[in-house]
Amino acid sequence: MIALTLPAQEGGTFTPPGVSSHLPAIFSIGSFDFTKQMLLVLLSVVLIAWFFIAAGRKGQLVPGRLQFAGEMGYNFVRNSVAKDVIGGKDFVKYVPLLFTLFFFILVNNIYGAIPILQLPSFSHVGGTYLLAIVVYVIWISAGVRRNGVKFFKMAVVPSGVPWPILPLVVPIEIISNFVVRPMTHSLRLFATMLSGHLIVLIAGSGIEFLLAQEGFLLKGTSLLVLIGAVAMYMLEALIMVLQAYVFTLLTAIYIEGAIHADSH
Amino acid sequence: MNGTINGSINLIGYGLSAIGGAIGVGLVFAAYINGVARQPEAQRVLQPIAFLGLALTEALAILGLVFAFVLK
Repeated sequence: MIALTLPAQEGGTFTPPGVSSHLPAIFSIGSFDFTKQMLLVLLSVVLIAWFFIAAGRKGQLVPGRLQFAGEMGYNFVRNSVAKDVIGGKDFVKYVPLLFTLFFFILVNNIYGAIPILQLPSFSHVGGTYLLAIVVYVIWISAGVRRNGVKFFKMAVVPSGVPWPILPLVVPIEIISNFVVRPMTHSLRLFATMLSGHLIVLIAGSGIEFLLAQEGFLLKGTSLLVLIGAVAMYMLEALIMVLQAYVFTLLTAIYIEGAIHADSH
Repeated sequence: MNGTINGSINLIGYGLSAIGGAIGVGLVFAAYINGVARQPEAQRVLQPIAFLGLALTEALAILGLVFAFVLK
């Protein structure tokens, strides 16, 4: 895969892989390209459905190993994300959304740490834009359903601010709540996945390049790159899980802020 | 030495700008760890706040990364 995407050595200069080096499409219909990311997203749906159907099929009082793993995952999202953040009796309605988001993103991120797949699906920005748009529509509609059209006023006019400062505060609140929020929500996931993937890729092509150099010492430095790359790989594996958690947590925080807009 | 490295100088600028985000994230988690160390039972309350702070601070670094790639 690396050899396909990277024209790594051209006459002794090292060309690092960048954001513009894409994998070729698997097949294309007209201008629509079916890429590896899409295949991985479809695979993730199958994997998650298979796992949780298998885990929940035999609902026993004393859970088996698979049921226990499934229950633990569900319990984590339900209690430490939905219940702790949204709270009250409103949270139950949003547990399916948060649960789906968490495991969808988690599986799609973990792809980046699996040697043959080795591509987090959300290292392409299109997927994260879509997820952020879905969340954006959901938290705004949750706020409107709970508070009526007054929700927009609640969301941009913070309570307890003296009126002379309002012309300064309201534009900032509008920009930060309705413009920058969905952008950073999607770009955070995308950027961390992209940079993690790029680091591993650059380390791989760097090792390849250094090994091709003549000179014993120069070849030897590839070993240092390998050590650094393994350390970064471990860090990335941590970040993949963390970003799935952060995305879900932020979704819960946005929903909570929308339905309790009157108390913020 | 016949090796040269090609790339965008933007990324060096991004590296410099990421220092700010790094310090911010460090401060957020330092405060979180301090809080939990002083009052371990507050951990469940502090954790979402810490991650929200992380997310808001990190947003600047993320915008920096995007601009580093987008601006030519």
